[in-house]
Amino acid sequence: MFKLKYIGKKFIQMLITLFAIITFNFFLFRILPGDPVKLLARSGALSQESLDRIHALFGLDQPLGIQYLIYLKNMITGKYGISITYRTDVGTIIAERMGNTVALLALATVLIIVIGIGTGVIAAMRRGSTTDKVLLVASMTGWSLPTFWTGLLMIVVFGVTLNVLPVSGILTPGAVYTSTGAMLIDYLRHLIMPTIALIIVDMAEFFLITRSTLVDVMTEDFILTAKGKGLSEKKILWRHALPNSMLPIVTTLALYVSLVIGGAIQVETVFSFPGMGQLMYDAVLKRDYPILEASFFLFATVTLVANFISDILYMLIDPRVKEL
Amino acid sequence: MKTRLKTNETWNQMWNDGLGRAGIILLAIIIIVALIGPIIFPFDSTETGTSAAEIMNAPSAEHWLGTDEMGRDVFRELLSGARISLFVGLLATAISIVVGAIFGLTAGYYKGIVGTVLMRITDFFLALPVLPFIIVLAAICGQSLAITIAVIGLTSWPSTARIVRSQVLTICERQYIERIKALGATDFRILFVHILPNTLPLIYANTVLVIAGSILSEATLAFLGLGDPVNVSWGTMLHYAFESGAASRGAYWYLIPPGVGILAVVLAFTLVGHTLDKIMNPRLREF
Repeated sequence: MFKLKYIGKKFIQMLITLFAIITFNFFLFRILPGDPVKLLARSGALSQESLDRIHALFGLDQPLGIQYLIYLKNMITGKYGISITYRTDVGTIIAERMGNTVALLALATVLIIVIGIGTGVIAAMRRGSTTDKVLLVASMTGWSLPTFWTGLLMIVVFGVTLNVLPVSGILTPGAVYTSTGAMLIDYLRHLIMPTIALIIVDMAEFFLITRSTLVDVMTEDFILTAKGKGLSEKKILWRHALPNSMLPIVTTLALYVSLVIGGAIQVETVFSFPGMGQLMYDAVLKRDYPILEASFFLFATVTLVANFISDILYMLIDPRVKEL
Repeated sequence: MKTRLKTNETWNQMWNDGLGRAGIILLAIIIIVALIGPIIFPFDSTETGTSAAEIMNAPSAEHWLGTDEMGRDVFRELLSGARISLFVGLLATAISIVVGAIFGLTAGYYKGIVGTVLMRITDFFLALPVLPFIIVLAAICGQSLAITIAVIGLTSWPSTARIVRSQVLTICERQYIERIKALGATDFRILFVHILPNTLPLIYANTVLVIAGSILSEATLAFLGLGDPVNVSWGTMLHYAFESGAASRGAYWYLIPPGVGILAVVLAFTLVGHTLDKIMNPRLREF
């Protein structure tokens, strides 16, 4: 009963924040300099009559309050308007690109969690050893690397100098595939460099958090008790230390989504990877506001949902969460 | 039980820590280079090459790090970029810390409706994906150093606010605050004379890490084409390098130095920040 109430409350909080973001978006993109109709028409010589007609067509003659309600309805039903550069529906453009970004993020997330947490555990168990020190310095360096620059370096080294991996896109242009498998292999080859460039920073983040939490937990009394009972090191780690270290790691989930989205925008730009991130970069260069607005809204929604999931996981893991 | 910062002791602990010392030395070198470098090797962004033959040249005796896509000297551009990256990072952090500390102090001290509203605002900003958010703000507001500083500073404060608030909550539980209140001290006096100094150790460690984050944010924004086109930072250099195809031309001299600069500065602040954090947070001190 308590759990349902907790989830309900977090869900309502998420909806309120989502609503706040939509409102924020509405006003943010309306303080833009210039009349959007003139921008669309790209001609100053329009008669007042045609200007009025276009205004009416886009609903810009309505009072601000009505415009806001229409906007709210459009955002919820997925109508994001017409792109200025592509001249087509923003929703359709986004739908075409979503799959690539999801593939990139899914692959990256698995690697980040496995390698990041894995190395964190190894370092914490051998605190002070050479392995620990090397991993610590490597992760701080990795954390300090600008993701886009890592990508650029990889292009120079593996793409241009060694010429072993494709540097852009998702499929080799003009390639004819004999089977689906061959196409999949080509797709994966295009994913290698963006994925590696993307995961370095987040792996370092997970490493540092896992390590410091685990080191902290290992100094707790109950670990000493477990040692005193003569439990093996493996058993202490899996049964006592790790479960108690999960909380900060789960909290990192929400932060992680924000970080990895930022990373995806950078690597997609560098590798001309046709996903949501590259779409956003192009929209910035061309000041394509409808696309910018819609992609920001989607990224924000994803981050909010991640926050919500991490809150619920937190409650499920930590029996101490009692107060609402 | 006061947790005021003991400067001497902190410095000694920092210097005796391998990573902390490495951070301080790296930071000292970078600051000296950024301060003196541009005086010896001034950079003029209008001093472009005169012919196509001077564009993206490999390093030579005349141009130590070669030339960029407009025939300008990369080495001089790099030194001047150091100043701009540091300048933006430090100012943005100053804004971020001041806003974060004020939010955290107020939200922690006034527990009723004021505190709740302030924390909701903090959570709202905390729930937004950072990069898309600053991209949208910068794309709408325009491209200048002032806008970059404001955008980064005004979006990175929520984590500081949360840290400060939780510290204020524990300080307010202590009896001496009750006593001071009973003696008739004003809220303003309690907040700034009695509570703020006790949150400073946490704020210091956090500030250094925020600088690292701000410099990275600036570099990323500038790389995505949202930097000041006149005051060229390392991120802006990499933007032009990328847009002019330096990567596919293999123009390593144009791509490597600005990135190494960003990496070195961010790493230096990260090393110092983590060591400070460890010193201020005694539970983790022994590792």
